Amino acid sequence: MSYQRGPLAVGLLIALFLAVFLVIPVAKVVVVAFQDPHTGQATLINFADFFRNSLFRESFVNSFYVSAMSVMAATVISIPLAYFTTRFNFGGAILIQTLGVIPLIMPPFVGAVAMQLLFGDNGSLNLLLDAYFGISIPFMSGLNGVILVESIHYFPFILINLSAALNNIDRAMEESAQNLGASGMRLFRRIVFPLAMPGFVAGAALVFIKVFDDLGTPLLLNVNTMLAPQAYLRISSIGISDPMGYVISVILVGFSLLSLWVSLLALRGKDYATVQKGAGGLMRRDLRTWEKAGCYGVVILILLLVLSPHLGLLLLSFGTVWSFAVLPDAFTVEHYFTVFQSASQYITNTLLYAGLAALLDVLLATSIAYVVWRTQLVGRKWLDYTATAALAVPGVVLGIGYLRTFHGLEVPFLGQSLASWWVIIVVAMTIRRLPYALRACVAAIQQVDVMLEEAAENLGATKGRTVYRIVVPLMLGGILAGFVTSFATASVELSATIMLVARESDAPLAYGIYEFMQSAAGRGPGAALGVVAVVFVGLGTYLSHLIIERGKLRRESTSIVAEETAS
Amino acid sequence: MQLTRYFSLIFGILICAAQGTQAVEGKLTIVTSFPKDLTEVYKQAFESSHPGVSLEVLNKKTTAGIKYLQETAGNNSTDLFWASAPDAFEVLKGDGLLVQYRPQAPGIPDRVGAFPINDPDGFYSGFAASGYGIMWNERYLKAKDLPVAREWEDLKNPVYHGHVGMSAPSRSGTTHLTVETVLQGMGWDAGWAEWKEIAGNFKTVTERSFGVPDGVNSGQFGIGIVIDFFGLSSKASGFPVDYVYPTVTTLVPANIGIVKNAPNQAAAEAFIEFLVSETGQKLLLDPKIQRLPVNPATYKDAPAGFPNPFQDQSIGAAVKFDLGLSKNRYNIVNSLFDAMITYRLDDLQAATAAIQQATAKLAGKDNPEAAELIARARALVAKVPVDEATANRSEYNAIFKKKRKTADTKLEGRQAEIEQAWDGEIKANYEQAKELAEQADSLL
Repeated sequence: MSYQRGPLAVGLLIALFLAVFLVIPVAKVVVVAFQDPHTGQATLINFADFFRNSLFRESFVNSFYVSAMSVMAATVISIPLAYFTTRFNFGGAILIQTLGVIPLIMPPFVGAVAMQLLFGDNGSLNLLLDAYFGISIPFMSGLNGVILVESIHYFPFILINLSAALNNIDRAMEESAQNLGASGMRLFRRIVFPLAMPGFVAGAALVFIKVFDDLGTPLLLNVNTMLAPQAYLRISSIGISDPMGYVISVILVGFSLLSLWVSLLALRGKDYATVQKGAGGLMRRDLRTWEKAGCYGVVILILLLVLSPHLGLLLLSFGTVWSFAVLPDAFTVEHYFTVFQSASQYITNTLLYAGLAALLDVLLATSIAYVVWRTQLVGRKWLDYTATAALAVPGVVLGIGYLRTFHGLEVPFLGQSLASWWVIIVVAMTIRRLPYALRACVAAIQQVDVMLEEAAENLGATKGRTVYRIVVPLMLGGILAGFVTSFATASVELSATIMLVARESDAPLAYGIYEFMQSAAGRGPGAALGVVAVVFVGLGTYLSHLIIERGKLRRESTSIVAEETAS
Repeated sequence: MQLTRYFSLIFGILICAAQGTQAVEGKLTIVTSFPKDLTEVYKQAFESSHPGVSLEVLNKKTTAGIKYLQETAGNNSTDLFWASAPDAFEVLKGDGLLVQYRPQAPGIPDRVGAFPINDPDGFYSGFAASGYGIMWNERYLKAKDLPVAREWEDLKNPVYHGHVGMSAPSRSGTTHLTVETVLQGMGWDAGWAEWKEIAGNFKTVTERSFGVPDGVNSGQFGIGIVIDFFGLSSKASGFPVDYVYPTVTTLVPANIGIVKNAPNQAAAEAFIEFLVSETGQKLLLDPKIQRLPVNPATYKDAPAGFPNPFQDQSIGAAVKFDLGLSKNRYNIVNSLFDAMITYRLDDLQAATAAIQQATAKLAGKDNPEAAELIARARALVAKVPVDEATANRSEYNAIFKKKRKTADTKLEGRQAEIEQAWDGEIKANYEQAKELAEQADSLL
């Protein structure tokens, strides 16, 4: 039992971190959900009220429908991108993978305006359709609009996790299948996709839960009859704080955990681990010319669709006045000059905060994944559940909870409150984005065969050394996927940040955009700042892909040398 | 007249001199909902006239700002709260988070329109006035061949179906005042009927008040019900839009108040004085700001065509606004608007479309049966689940108040319970109205 002491300490530390920065602050806010609105006594009457209310029931059904449909649409978008770039010799694979992450970085407000200007009822596309064909298509209205935008926005979760999983499959499996005569769709359907299942399920669960809890998109499309906007609208109304907002928050958290549990059930009883790992994944096949052309066609079409909001953002940032027209009236670089002075401060803050948060996230996520899948600690699964529940906690609730819990707490030597110290923004981002890193790391560890670790230990390596030299390197793809998603999404986080920014000099980019987007004249500069955010985060993503690819090449070459010496 | 101005000028200089001797310095922290375009102008001007002071402007949504002040009150680090909606200040005042301060600057009258400029108890002061009105996108109206709407009742016209946008009163304090103004001006039942007839033409109810000018500016919808500076500043920024005040509107002051236990009380007072000083008032005319000064003298520098409520008595004076009544039923009006319009907009739109279609078909025909059906459908849409007497009763309002009552005050129910009953009734009414209108349609 003694070898469990290390993991036990790590597990307890993480549990403490989650308790202090997630459970307690949130509990302090949502306790209202369990109180009688008149007497303050503990009660469940508010939950009964929720299920009695037709509007809430309708919202629940709508949220469920939108989430399920978004997962399907996101799958259709991601599979070709992931499969083509990981399985075939395909020029520009890293570029495609990077561009595939960009949709996650949707700057608040400006992204919404750009979408409306392109796809809205009177957006560019519909104005053109109306001018030439006399028709217009309501891309952006009702639940279908929400599904369209959500799947464009969140498909990278599936893309990133699926790609990481595809890269992890033992090539011997595929080669055996090919030797036995399988090819094309059959190979993909029967062998490749099932083996990549942990990555796909990780991504799909994230998309499902994220869409179920997402606030930004329904609000941008002014769809109120979904759960997250109902909670938000009730919590943030002036003067009223009725318990229903918090009841809905609790229900969101509960349902998210339920769907996570279901997704884990789907993987149970199957073994996805493959022994052959160190050799660097699979062989890439060549495509025939016409196949290649077809694949490029599909990829370009998909990228055009998913990057169109960013194209709109670019136009908005260079445009003067863009109103009821296909394109802006004229173009200018003035907006970039306007944001130039303030931007450098925002960018350094954002890179610092999001970078730190993502780093903390992968650290926590790797540890949690290890504790959950490699130890027998009692209640270890609850680490996973608790961390994932953060996905369903509205940013406003977390922000208020932090102010309430930490405002009276002074940071030693600094003489200021913990709630107004910039580090608290990093912590908030870490907590909010931890689920992304966690799903990626869990998927990665499921694909590592425990035999490899046992082998290392048999050869005399200590537990710590095994983790450091065997487990982490083998999980690297998943860890990177986690880092990228956490980093990209943390860089545009606003809802908790806006509660916590106590000094303008501490503010991140998203806050800067928010400031500009409060006035008509600020739309261009806001968009320019949004473009800056996308470019910087995109560059960060590209660099991390480059690093990982280079690492893989190095490992491949050493393993070939090893094979040669062996023979 | 000339003499008083002369006198007030001397008086003002004296005050400035008196303050100059008081050493105002250090950091001044302001929590505000105002856009950078406004705060940046004031920050620069104030810092150059008070060299010892540096301004820290924290931009938060009004609701987030209130929550921030409430949560940080135990260890307050904010000096001033600076925002539009008077009701946000009422919330803070009710929580005991503001301190009294009455600005000394001369030349500010007691009222703008029918609204007092400063809080009668002195906890917050107005520095600019704003009123609600109608904003439209000229390209949009031209492309869709729509006339300009100048009064609230114009917006009921079926030609505007699906072309109008507005924010919800629960989301924006100034929107609340517009809704309440119409309710007070026309009476409870007629006022709600009016709002629902207008709302039947809505394309959307936006989540934030800035969503409305944003939608009109980009041409998402053609007409928006907005506060004046959104319309005026959009126009000044070059968008093809224009703005008009309807006859029934209320001018409300935008306010500033000193937060309790302010770390820098002296600088906070100096900033308030600066806001209402001649220099401070003039800054409101900046093309990116465009708010109505509360000092009548400032209007002499305003561009031609700039509305002047102190001269043009028609702006904001048609309704005698009853602040007490509004305050008493504040949360009920918000909840009713959301229940009847925001959350049931699709059903309301469908019912309205059916009624409009049947009415158009009926025109010029003599069919009493169809006319009767349409009238019944209209009555169903207009129906409010709560009558005025109940809505005004303070016990009923207590159910919707944010503070929990003590255990022994007996209340009639929970908010969620009441809202559920409303929702059921409203939805059924809209559905039945649609059926009746379709029935009438089939008769014609």
